[in-house]
Amino acid sequence: MTLVDIGRRAQGGRIGDSPTRPDGRAKVDGTFRFASDLPMDGAAWGATLRSPHPYARLVAINIAPALAIPGVHVVLTAADVPGRPTYGLITADQPVFADGFVRFVGEAIAAVAADHPETCRRALAAIDVTYEILDPLIDAEAAIAGDTPPIHPDGNVLRAQHIRYGDPTATGAVVVEGTYQIGMQDQAFLGLEAALAVPDADGAGVELHVATQWLHEDRKQVSACLGLEEARVRLVLGGVGGAFGAREDISLQVHTCLLALALGRPVRMHYSRAESFLGHVHRHPASIWMRHHATPDGAIVKIEARFVLDGGAYASTSSAVLLNAITHTQGPYRCPNAVVEGYVARTNHLPCGAMRGFGVVQACFAHESQMDRLAAACGVDPLAIRVRNAIATGDPMITGQILESVAPVVRCIREAEALALPPPADPDEPLARPGGAGLTADPQHVYRGVGWGVSMKNLMYSEGFDDYSTARCRLVAVDGGARVTLKFATSEVGQGFVTIAAQIARTILGVDDVELDRIDTGIGSAGSTSASRQTWMSGGAVDAACRAVREDVVNAVGGRLGIDPLRLVVDGADLVDSMGDYREPVAVALGDITFDRTVEYHHRPTEELDEDGQGNCHTAFAFAAHRAVVDVDTELGLVKVVQVATAQDVGRALNPLSVIGQIEGGIAQGLGLAVMEEIVQIDGKIRNASFTDYLLPTTVDMPPVVAALVEEPDPQAPLGAKGVGEPPCISVTPAIAAAIRDALRQADGNSTRADRITRVPVRPSDITAT
Amino acid sequence: MSEQYRLHVNGVDHDVADAWLGENLLYVLRERLGLYGAKGACEQGECGSCTVLVDGELVCACLVLAASAIAQPIVTVEGLGESGARPTDVQQAFVDAGAVQCGFCTPGLVMAAHDLLARNADPTPTEINEELAGNICRCTGYGRIVEAVQRVAVSRRSERRP
Repeated sequence: MTLVDIGRRAQGGRIGDSPTRPDGRAKVDGTFRFASDLPMDGAAWGATLRSPHPYARLVAINIAPALAIPGVHVVLTAADVPGRPTYGLITADQPVFADGFVRFVGEAIAAVAADHPETCRRALAAIDVTYEILDPLIDAEAAIAGDTPPIHPDGNVLRAQHIRYGDPTATGAVVVEGTYQIGMQDQAFLGLEAALAVPDADGAGVELHVATQWLHEDRKQVSACLGLEEARVRLVLGGVGGAFGAREDISLQVHTCLLALALGRPVRMHYSRAESFLGHVHRHPASIWMRHHATPDGAIVKIEARFVLDGGAYASTSSAVLLNAITHTQGPYRCPNAVVEGYVARTNHLPCGAMRGFGVVQACFAHESQMDRLAAACGVDPLAIRVRNAIATGDPMITGQILESVAPVVRCIREAEALALPPPADPDEPLARPGGAGLTADPQHVYRGVGWGVSMKNLMYSEGFDDYSTARCRLVAVDGGARVTLKFATSEVGQGFVTIAAQIARTILGVDDVELDRIDTGIGSAGSTSASRQTWMSGGAVDAACRAVREDVVNAVGGRLGIDPLRLVVDGADLVDSMGDYREPVAVALGDITFDRTVEYHHRPTEELDEDGQGNCHTAFAFAAHRAVVDVDTELGLVKVVQVATAQDVGRALNPLSVIGQIEGGIAQGLGLAVMEEIVQIDGKIRNASFTDYLLPTTVDMPPVVAALVEEPDPQAPLGAKGVGEPPCISVTPAIAAAIRDALRQADGNSTRADRITRVPVRPSDITAT
Repeated sequence: MSEQYRLHVNGVDHDVADAWLGENLLYVLRERLGLYGAKGACEQGECGSCTVLVDGELVCACLVLAASAIAQPIVTVEGLGESGARPTDVQQAFVDAGAVQCGFCTPGLVMAAHDLLARNADPTPTEINEELAGNICRCTGYGRIVEAVQRVAVSRRSERRP
């Protein structure tokens, strides 16, 4: 249920319409080919041997028993890596295969290729590894304190970064503080890691079909590890079954290529679900202390904070996640003074990196929990405290950077507030109670709580990264019509960039027939499908390429007809002289000329932070407000989220139906973090690497979403549109936690239990603890 | 231990030759018969991505031994509609309603939605939620999927009226 009017135009949709996905038909009839659906004659199967220990010295590896099994073709270990022995997105600190030590449960030790997946499993079991088991480092605080020996040559602190802004001695009359914990969340995309590597006939190159978020970054890292020039490694996007950050890092890419090159045959690799939990990075678990100082009427005077993130065994994007976390300490609120300490530690836990929200999810749970405490301390309601402090365009942030983005924070709050609350619980529908089909909840113990969360999220890459995307637009007349062909390397992971790319081209060029070329490394980089950046960045590149072609068209037509090209505009499907009589279809105006332009779009440069955490490190921001209504059985600790209302700052909705899809899907993931999802590690070993034990929201867990799109086009965005992928999943988590606290206060008549809800996911035992 | 057996899939007999008898139906459909519509995402019957019909029963193909499914009609997502020429009303509604994002869960959900609407032409929202709870989608948050099912129920109802 949404309040958004989803403009509908199935075919030929322009910007602002909601045409259906070009890959929709293939996805519903089963013919769409995911990276796992790529058979090839003569292909062997690959598989990975992984460490069962969180920390151990590798004493010996004997592969001979595996090679003796009929059907096993090859077994590779660290000695067989011809190029750089390590990889990593920011720091290449993770071995392709463990060499000397294993540092987390799941670290790759060897890879095999065989004739059948079952033969692979037997081969892995036959490899004889001798470990000297070491005490794992599993306490991030101990890692930061430096009183444990380094578990990696690069040390046990992945990054320390502080922020000092304004007057560190400032104090407020009202002071509230708390320590908040966020559990490790898994992206849990449905389409497991999968790839097909095809070696070149001469053995000096390879083509890799893979589900990834960033083809060119993969190519850079893969070619380095293979010891090949980048030109000898070609990547093609295999169909991607979701990503959410977990496909930004290398998983099976290098292993699949190594096996294929060693074997001289195509190799397919697929992870199982259990292996997927080990084989990709996760959301950082975090412990965050915050202390807010405010005036008696609730104006924030200063925020003090200390962030400790557990980065796990290898660096991945930990340093950038920490930057995001600490620079969002204030949330969408003004803050004149701040003292923030931030650390991300290396431990023998599963490596952490990108997941939707990227550090801001953790910060937001803490700052929104604090805003509710501040409201209570000042005796005002939760919305009043947020409106009182709402940041606006032109305000400075605690990095000293001026917020230049459109910032409709108050409007998001007011529009979400205006959305209708759900009807009271239906006494005749026991399935709708907390506990659902278990029919365990006693209606007399069920209280309905309401909670709020508001967020601010940076868009695109930060800290000086030259972030860009590339697109090619070709326009030709064919069979009496005009056809646009777009090419880009933008990973379509489900978000629908393929839909809006065509909408942009149709709008700029007035041509209905838009064809999308294969997504591969046959064009320049598009950057990563992450950081809510592709609508802005690759949308900007497609827009710029189409505009370049349009300029060439009006110059050619203007020259031919003697009309000033500045007077020629595209109107619908026609080219028109805006000051004269000329009008003809674009297809006719083209004649037999082919127009072909490739354009790179860069966003404005950003800076690294200095040692006081000052600098213009971010590009742009988007905002969202969430209201959660939750029924809680306060005796049993059961929770049923009844409704989530949201108003989101989207700039401009290029495709309202796709925006709603991002909003509802993001809310489901934020709900999962609030009450269901957590990777549990005990003594460094994961205990729930399956969908039986790692609980994901299903249809019965997901409430109706009511949404309002706040459309204030951002003049800095090429199409006025902000990224919409991450904001939906950020402030919904604290909103649900706040609603649980509200229900507990109603049940208890005091805040004792409510104030103890400082950790997500909120477990039944957290609610019932007395 | 390998043997030859025959599966009846989407109205066609397929001989499965020289296959290890330990293979599950999902693997055989995909890797031996080339029917990649059913997807594997959990291998333990939790996610529903591999949902197919065996003898009219909705099952997770990852939990069925392929060799045990002989002599029973098997229907996969490829077998819906008029031999692939046109999408079914459910398939079309999934596309139109925005129920498809990455699409990995989609074949399983399409199978489950067909089965639900065949047994219950007029499901309540609670019934839709309960019936589809065996199919995990990580992209959509289910809102557009439920909307697609409701659209089909409405349009089938209006077609039934004289």
